[in-house]
Amino acid sequence: MDHTSAMYLGAGLAAIGVGMAAIGVGNVFGSFLEGALRNPSAADGQQGRLFIGFAASELLGLIAFVVAILILFVVK
Amino acid sequence: MAGDINPMEQFEVGHLIDLNLFGYDVSFTNSALFMVVVFVALAGFMAGGLQRKLIPGRWQVAAEGAVSFIDSMVSVNIGQGGKKFAPYIFSLFFFILFANLVGVLPLAIVPGLHTFAVTSHITVTAVLAFFSFGIVLAVGLWKHKLKFFSLFVPHGAPFWLMPVIVPVELVSFMVRPFSLGLRLFVAMTAGHILLEVFGSFAVQGLNAHSGLGFGVWVASMAMIIGVSALELLVCAIQAYVFALLTSLYLHDAVHLH
Repeated sequence: MDHTSAMYLGAGLAAIGVGMAAIGVGNVFGSFLEGALRNPSAADGQQGRLFIGFAASELLGLIAFVVAILILFVVK
Repeated sequence: MAGDINPMEQFEVGHLIDLNLFGYDVSFTNSALFMVVVFVALAGFMAGGLQRKLIPGRWQVAAEGAVSFIDSMVSVNIGQGGKKFAPYIFSLFFFILFANLVGVLPLAIVPGLHTFAVTSHITVTAVLAFFSFGIVLAVGLWKHKLKFFSLFVPHGAPFWLMPVIVPVELVSFMVRPFSLGLRLFVAMTAGHILLEVFGSFAVQGLNAHSGLGFGVWVASMAMIIGVSALELLVCAIQAYVFALLTSLYLHDAVHLH
């Protein structure tokens, strides 16, 4: 396997992490909605925690994206 | 064909006015220009809202709503003694929000103009993150002196676990500025690249002069509309998350857990 195709394969593999983070973000919002529908009056008070969970799981996907971009454009 | 349109071209910083100070290049760039645009927009928005009428007009309600939004976020997340950080959180949130929104303005429909997303550069977001981290460190060390380092020792953790927990807490504390700056930078960059990629699909599909090309153009335009809407949401969420995390870190510095 030559260098360029290995590079593209690596970037593609790194992009798996973005999809995994999407599962995580969906899980955060889905669980929030599940709880919020059970007790709507308490939902507004938990919005800060919702966004902290969202930010934490989203960050990992963004890092995977950065790795993919680094492999594609920076690593020679 | 794909090499015609470079999705990274939109992030290029170009000199508008060349300036040289003591051997350093301090030229007025398009990045600086758009920071000035953001500042003028924000200052204009707030100045227009400071009418102090008993029965507020629309503009005053908008400005007061912005202030009370930050005020409630600060009082919920920092709690006692958080009021004095409200101006910083306010500036942070609205600078990032306005910069994000200016960055997605469709200015490029006027030939020769191109908007520039200030927050899609890690130099800008990292400086904002280092400001937040520096304030957390300064406040924590000034308020609690050396007791500030008890931040790394969680309450109720068993004693024999300390050699593991303290390094982990230390690392998680030290990566805060990087995660803060990186999150905003990457979220904005990724959105702009996505828009540019679908834009290039639309242009190339229309240039193909075929039925399939027209189909590609329709699908790409539909995606651009969807991604633009998502991008507006991400602009607001990222600004909110940045301000929220900063106020949470300030809570740690003020109250030590």
